[in-house]
Amino acid sequence: MTVKQSLVTGLSAAGVILSIGLAYGAGQYGPGASDTEIKIGNTMPYSGPASAYGVIGKSAGAYFAMVNDQGGINGRKINFISRDDGYSPPKTVELVRQLVEQDQVLLLFLTLGTPPNTAIRPYLNDNKVPQLFVATGANKWNDPKHYPWTMGWLPSYGTESHIYASHILKNLPNAKVAVLYQNDDFGKDYLNGLRDGLGDKADKMIVASQSYETTDPTVDSQVAALQGSGADVLLTVAVPKFAAQSIRKVYDIGWKPTQFLTSVSNSVALVMKAAGLEKGVGVISATYIKDPTDPQWQGTPEYKDWLAWMQKYNSSSSTADVEAVIGYSYAQTMVAVLKACGDNLTRDNVMKQAANLHNLTLPMLLPGITISTGPDDYAPIKQMQLQKFDGTTWKLFGDIVSGSGS
Amino acid sequence: MHQLSQQIFSGLAAGAIYASLALALVMIYRSTELVNFAQGEMAMFSTYVAATLVDAGLPFWVAFLVTLLVSFLAGMAIERVVIRPVENAPALAAVVVCIGLLLIFNSLAGWIFTYTVRDFPSPFPDRPVLGALMTTRDLGVIGVTLVMLLMLFAFFRFTATGLAMRAAAQNPDSARLCGIPVGRMLAIGWGLAAAIGATAGIMVAPVLFLDPNMMGGVLLYAFAGALLGGITSPVGAVVGGLIVGVTENVVGTYLIASQLKLTVALALIILVLVLRPNGLFGTAIVRRV
Amino acid sequence: MMKGFTVAVADGLGIGRYAGLRIGAWRWIGALALIALAAALPFAVSKYHAFELTMVMIYAIALLGLNILTGYNGQISLGHGGFFAAGAYTAAILMHRYGVPYWATVPPAALICFALGVLFGLPALRFEGPYLALVTLAMAVATPQLLKYFDSWTGGQQGINLVKVQPPPGLSLDHDRWLYFLVFAVLLIAIRVAANIVHGRTGRALVAIRDHPIAAAAMGIPTARYKTMAFGISTLFTGVAGALSAIVIGYVAPESFSLFLSLSFLVGSAVGGIATIGGAIVGGAFIEFVPNLANDISDAAPWAVYGLAMLLLMYVMPRGVVGSLARWLDRQT
Repeated sequence: MTVKQSLVTGLSAAGVILSIGLAYGAGQYGPGASDTEIKIGNTMPYSGPASAYGVIGKSAGAYFAMVNDQGGINGRKINFISRDDGYSPPKTVELVRQLVEQDQVLLLFLTLGTPPNTAIRPYLNDNKVPQLFVATGANKWNDPKHYPWTMGWLPSYGTESHIYASHILKNLPNAKVAVLYQNDDFGKDYLNGLRDGLGDKADKMIVASQSYETTDPTVDSQVAALQGSGADVLLTVAVPKFAAQSIRKVYDIGWKPTQFLTSVSNSVALVMKAAGLEKGVGVISATYIKDPTDPQWQGTPEYKDWLAWMQKYNSSSSTADVEAVIGYSYAQTMVAVLKACGDNLTRDNVMKQAANLHNLTLPMLLPGITISTGPDDYAPIKQMQLQKFDGTTWKLFGDIVSGSGS
Repeated sequence: MHQLSQQIFSGLAAGAIYASLALALVMIYRSTELVNFAQGEMAMFSTYVAATLVDAGLPFWVAFLVTLLVSFLAGMAIERVVIRPVENAPALAAVVVCIGLLLIFNSLAGWIFTYTVRDFPSPFPDRPVLGALMTTRDLGVIGVTLVMLLMLFAFFRFTATGLAMRAAAQNPDSARLCGIPVGRMLAIGWGLAAAIGATAGIMVAPVLFLDPNMMGGVLLYAFAGALLGGITSPVGAVVGGLIVGVTENVVGTYLIASQLKLTVALALIILVLVLRPNGLFGTAIVRRV
Repeated sequence: MMKGFTVAVADGLGIGRYAGLRIGAWRWIGALALIALAAALPFAVSKYHAFELTMVMIYAIALLGLNILTGYNGQISLGHGGFFAAGAYTAAILMHRYGVPYWATVPPAALICFALGVLFGLPALRFEGPYLALVTLAMAVATPQLLKYFDSWTGGQQGINLVKVQPPPGLSLDHDRWLYFLVFAVLLIAIRVAANIVHGRTGRALVAIRDHPIAAAAMGIPTARYKTMAFGISTLFTGVAGALSAIVIGYVAPESFSLFLSLSFLVGSAVGGIATIGGAIVGGAFIEFVPNLANDISDAAPWAVYGLAMLLLMYVMPRGVVGSLARWLDRQT
């Protein structure tokens, strides 16, 4: 071969390799993904009775804003499209269809509420759109066999109530248990989980249960009725406002049961302080995440990072609100998944990476608690730890407990 | 027995909350013959104003008085600007306008003050009385509600403005002929109602905790209580509110599972209304043919 | 029949006596044009928009019912969301538990809601004004509680997922467009029935009872019977709409039927024009689209924008869009 011929061959070969390389280097894309952008869809109740949870969506968006400022994910900016469904399932269906069919998002992330998510699950699975890291702790999101495109994130309500049940069986075997619960899937899941966890002793041990609606002004009547049942253990499954009322009322009427409190409502500032710090001494709760108002975390570098982010990107949310920490952590998980996708941003690959997380640690999760998923395991967080309130802070005790929570 | 008295006293405490908002509803109805669905949200917004003032460092009672004044003026302004245009329109238009106001106040509160629940200082200490059946705070709410009732009663009965307002509501044309500035009376009526609502909100927020949806449930019970007592009667509003509170508690504990509490309580109220369609203390709406 | 129907539609829409052409011809043209437009629409837009338009029509059917009650009979109802829920759950339970095909669930839903409405209308006879508002409000508020309580029937808090509707084979229509035409057909029937009622003896009796109840009674109109019937008919329409909504959305849960839904119906009715038939469609469009538009305008306080829109519409057109339009058209001729 002449020099000229080898040069031409060489250059052509290089050209072919280069173009193949460019075709692959430009990445494989599903809808909503490109060289410059990843579109993520979301619905949240920014109005209506569940509007206090809107902070989670806002915080996640604020975290993505910071990631974008720092260069994005593998050079791509996140376009987080979040809409208000007011916690109404028909509205959620409509908005999700809009996100998938009009906005052409790559995936749905952090959609909030059991009824809204139940409404959209068939549609998203039929259309093979990832429904990732839903913002609800219902037990049903860990079902890869029937709904391979839907994944939860929170430790399920069932897992948590099993933990309380085990603790009761071990330490308070003759207890008479009363339950105050919100009259929706959140409350019911805990009640059923507790029953399940107590096994065949459930009927004997659970002596009373009272429900409340979010439209009830107070739960004073229910608390008084539960006291009247003679119970000496109380499980309170309530959102922060009513949890604070309940703790306060229990103290005020002179009732001294061993109190268990749902992890949703164990914020020091929003619940314990509102109820009256001295009134909550001895209350037991479980947790998987750091409460930003708990003095024991406030000196740590992870907290300081979070606080700095709050002040720069999420200043309209309160630094006392654990929902802001939850949104932050959810978003970090999403970012980890997207990073792992590299340049293959198809819906299939997103789902594959989401089901392939191994001991992922996040700064605001409790030390020792990690995120793991697998093709048969769609429960990213399965661990919690018990803690007891001492009047100022929550003191963790016992071991980190795992549950499958189904 | 202890349980029953426990429930009754909790009911009275809750009922006082409903009664205080019901007074504001009655005030508006007596002056403009409208049911103001936005009353609860206006009261909530006023409470946030008070909270902002307290956060800024003002002593509680100063913040309270400033909020009352601001609410009074705002109420008058709302009547003039928002309600006046539909006063002579079909009744449904006024209802829709009130619903619109409800949405506006709720949304603005959520936007400006966020939806996160917060606590609110109370002028009353939180000590148990009557052997833990109630706290001094609950008594405070009842006390303030009764004081407002007395003031309202005295206003309508014994003052010239009160008399003029009753005239303006009953027969605006005749009232005008007597020289009563009907427009101003209507505005004053809304202003007073807003002030009453603000008081209700401020008294109630320490108990319920403050968030934009604080008054949603309360409005429903207050509405039921006001109608039960007779929508034109302030005394009826208070009695109605208290009855609703006690009924709801007793029903939820003894009669039926707590999951149907609201339904059964409403059903009972409607039953009473079937027997007395104008409420316990209300006057029949007499129309000339 | 076609002429009577199109006359009714045109009448209801306020296109009455206008411009040079003969009255009858104008009505024909107008009505046919509208129907042709509506039939072509789902193909001109995306599946998602077809779905949205289907929801508009469902709300329009519900509002037709509310208009008959509130507009023609003067009884204000804050509780129609409850009857909408009753229709939806009837359809859902029949489909889910008893395997009834979706199209066959609409008549039972209609009958059950009619019966409920009559049962409700009887005690409602005693009440007026704000008292009636409370009674209907109680219905709206009690509905989610009752749905959650009877959970062995209703699926309680978890709700009921329904199997996706398949269009009939051989029609080469996709799911969304098939549902659009199904609901469209029901809407046309509903308009025809409503027009018949409203323009006939019943309608005149209802209006008489609304405007001069004492005179009407003095003239021998059995007011109690008509008022109760009005309630029943109005809830029948709303129940049908509810059943259709269950079929189209594919899921029912207590959270879908909150008090806000009842308030939305009332607002939609007022904005469209309560004593009109065309107003139901305008109202349905208002309820469906304006919240989304409000969200585009301000995502910080969208409901404030929505509330403001309601206020402004009531100031400018206190009789609703179609009501005011009809009046204006009347004055031109």
